[in-house]
Amino acid sequence: MNNELLRTLATVVAVSAPLVYAGIGETLTEKAGVINLSLDGSILLSAMGAFATAYLTGSLFWGFVVAALIGAAVAALIAFASISLRQDQVAVGFVLTLLCADLSSFLGNPFVHKPGPAIPNMPIPILKDLPIVGPILFSQDLVVYGSFLLILLSWLWTFKTQPGLRLQGIGERPEAAFARGTNVNRLRFFYTVLGGALVGIAGAAYSLDIKLGWSHNHTAGNGWIALAIVIFGGWHPLRVAFGAYLFGGLKALGSVMQRVAPGVPTQIFQAAPFALMIVALLLVSGNVLDRLLAYLPRRTRQRVTSLVRSSPPAALGKPFVEE
Amino acid sequence: MQIELRNIHKHFGPVRANDGISLRVQSGTIHGLLGENGAGKSTLMKILSGYLSLDSGQILVKGRPVSIQSPAQGIRHGIGMLHQDPLDFPAMRVLDNFLLGRGSRLRQHRARAKTELLQLADRFGFPMDPEEMLSTLSIGERQQLEILRLISLGAETLILDEPTTGISTPQKVQLFATLHRLAAEGRSVIFVSHKLEDAEELCHRVTVLRHGRVSGEIEAPFQSAQLVRLMFGQDLPPSERATIPTGQPVLQLDHVTLPGPRFSIPNISMTIRAGEVIGLAGIEGSGQRLFLHACVGLVRPSSGQILLDGQDMVGQSYHHLLKSGMAFLPANRLEEGLVEGLTLAEHCILTDRENMPFFVRWSEAREKARQKISEYNIQGTPDSPIESLSGGNQQRALLSLLPSHLRLLALEHPTRGLDVESARWVWDMLQQRRRQGTAIVFTSADLDEIRERSERIYVFSGGNLSGPVDATETSTTELGMMIGGKAYEIA
Ligand SMILES: Nc1ncnc2c1ncn2[C@@H]1O[C@H](COP(=O)(O)OP(=O)(O)O)[C@@H](O)[C@H]1O
Ligand SMILES: [Mg+2]
Repeated sequence: MNNELLRTLATVVAVSAPLVYAGIGETLTEKAGVINLSLDGSILLSAMGAFATAYLTGSLFWGFVVAALIGAAVAALIAFASISLRQDQVAVGFVLTLLCADLSSFLGNPFVHKPGPAIPNMPIPILKDLPIVGPILFSQDLVVYGSFLLILLSWLWTFKTQPGLRLQGIGERPEAAFARGTNVNRLRFFYTVLGGALVGIAGAAYSLDIKLGWSHNHTAGNGWIALAIVIFGGWHPLRVAFGAYLFGGLKALGSVMQRVAPGVPTQIFQAAPFALMIVALLLVSGNVLDRLLAYLPRRTRQRVTSLVRSSPPAALGKPFVEE
Repeated sequence: MQIELRNIHKHFGPVRANDGISLRVQSGTIHGLLGENGAGKSTLMKILSGYLSLDSGQILVKGRPVSIQSPAQGIRHGIGMLHQDPLDFPAMRVLDNFLLGRGSRLRQHRARAKTELLQLADRFGFPMDPEEMLSTLSIGERQQLEILRLISLGAETLILDEPTTGISTPQKVQLFATLHRLAAEGRSVIFVSHKLEDAEELCHRVTVLRHGRVSGEIEAPFQSAQLVRLMFGQDLPPSERATIPTGQPVLQLDHVTLPGPRFSIPNISMTIRAGEVIGLAGIEGSGQRLFLHACVGLVRPSSGQILLDGQDMVGQSYHHLLKSGMAFLPANRLEEGLVEGLTLAEHCILTDRENMPFFVRWSEAREKARQKISEYNIQGTPDSPIESLSGGNQQRALLSLLPSHLRLLALEHPTRGLDVESARWVWDMLQQRRRQGTAIVFTSADLDEIRERSERIYVFSGGNLSGPVDATETSTTELGMMIGGKAYEIA
């Protein structure tokens, strides 16, 4: 493989890292049955908070901590409004999106276009020298490695552990989970806040690593993409991660094409990833897939179906009231 | 395990679901809890299993007072409950369902759990594939899984809430054998039902509830008459069969094939005449709903002809069919029949098809709603939101909103969730409609209702249609056998 391709792929892996954090964070929240719609706003606010903290203290670590806390705090508001006050999750989330975005502009004004610290690159010895995967996966920085670890852990947690089963249960059928001795609302609160913290880290990953610095609406749009990726990924951590990389890849392809075909308006390449995501979504959820799957033997079909099929947690967005 | 409930009270708003109930269940017995719909059985059992909290009263396990605040505590005291509507996870695998809720360790120990599940399943003779998706199982199989799960959690008292609704006859036989076996092993079984024959066949002792109180307790052998008296307060009057002459054919199906999501129903031919009542029996999801939908034009047959008053109705719009005198009353009253959030007066405006002024005439609508309230004896006001009415009153409201002249009325579970009095009232209304020449097609899970109310019965079993059976000549057992798959053509 030539070097340029490797470098492009490495960039795709890196720029997708924030989407992985946000997408998986939201996946955990939605698996528990709660929709945190505020992603676009909370990523902006936590990106700003992370940058401001790191700029003022000089500590990247505290930048990430503050970002995680901001994300968690916004999520806690949503959890409180939807779980405790039983308000509409979508409405609350939407209002918070707008509020956080405005707040980030207002509070972040003094930090616009200031030079700040950045996460240093940290190739992993030995692994970085592996052919192909070395330069793509192991010549990155801690934030990107963290995203790998998150993919693996969230998948293991959701599908391979006992608490993961409960997580699936409270999103699928909270009454049944309750009948099996689960404190549904407490767990929902927990996963909403945990997911929010990961969304906050996504914000810090932008302003301190992937899209350095701070400006008005610095990360705007990425929250909505993360939300779409969760649906695209069928609420499955591995597929959500795949969605994030696919989107990153399509964007990279866009900029390559722009160089190859300079005559074509740039907007086309900027918009293409979204259109392609929609096509991919149709393929995943439409009849086409059903027809293809029908050819597989029954057992394999069940497995493949559960891997590629998107169906939301059955109780997504529905409050649970203990009688 | 001996269980005692002392003076349990529980109310929901003004409804006293449990009004001072005391009950003692001996270990090693099958104890029946009998009562008609709404008597308070489920509420009492949910309290015992920790799913609901009690207002006042005491629970004693093995003679010691305990406090059961959550299902987790219930299971810790050895009390496990199989809910009326199985509380499981259709979207997950059988093994996941078995594992979910077992302690809070981190690891799943799938292999170990799988072995345990298979061993248990083997012991009770339940066929069980741990990797199957639960949604592909029948209600009966899901019940079996729940029983195994509760036993493996150490349940010594097993509560089963209406377990015989929706399962096949062979599954019922197997269930009863299992319960006998559990009792013989020294566990106690509380069997909740509103069906006399189930309780008579199975239980050692029966407590009857009525309006939230204990109306009596009897030891086997039981006398049906006595149980009926305790359940309903008096002997059920022998159902008088109204003789209403049937008229012209209203609906004719000619070699119709209906395409369903899981199976299609081939080659249906039948004629439904004015004033006639056709009952559709079968386990939920066997094709009755599809058939009803086809009768009112909501589903298009893939082949064959459906004639309404001699006119081909295939391809006609639903709106047109409504105008030509069809109506459909769905089982999900709040989801498909009524509009949640709107009041009765607003429903009157919505359904008035003859008179549609651009501006709403509120006083007129309210007046009309008031008329319906008194005519149909609805407990509510023109301005009460429809969802605040009880099930019986919602059904009354739905009936009151039907147009005055109907050729065909299709009903799905017309009396589901209604108390006996409301159910009788609904059928009185339907009889009136019949006299005016309306043909009626209905589904019901209650075979007695089907037998008593219809003239001809068709039985659906996994997409197969058998019948018609003459309602006066069949028995519940025979219908049960047909539903269970032993369908045979009756000339
Ligand atoms: N969660 C609830 N909210 C309000 N009313 C309820 C609730 N559960 C039961 N009820 C009412 O309590 C009464 C008893 O219901 P239930 O225990 O389900 O009766 P059964 O199981 O004997 O049919 C009924 O009138 C029912 O409408
Ligand atoms: Mg009940």
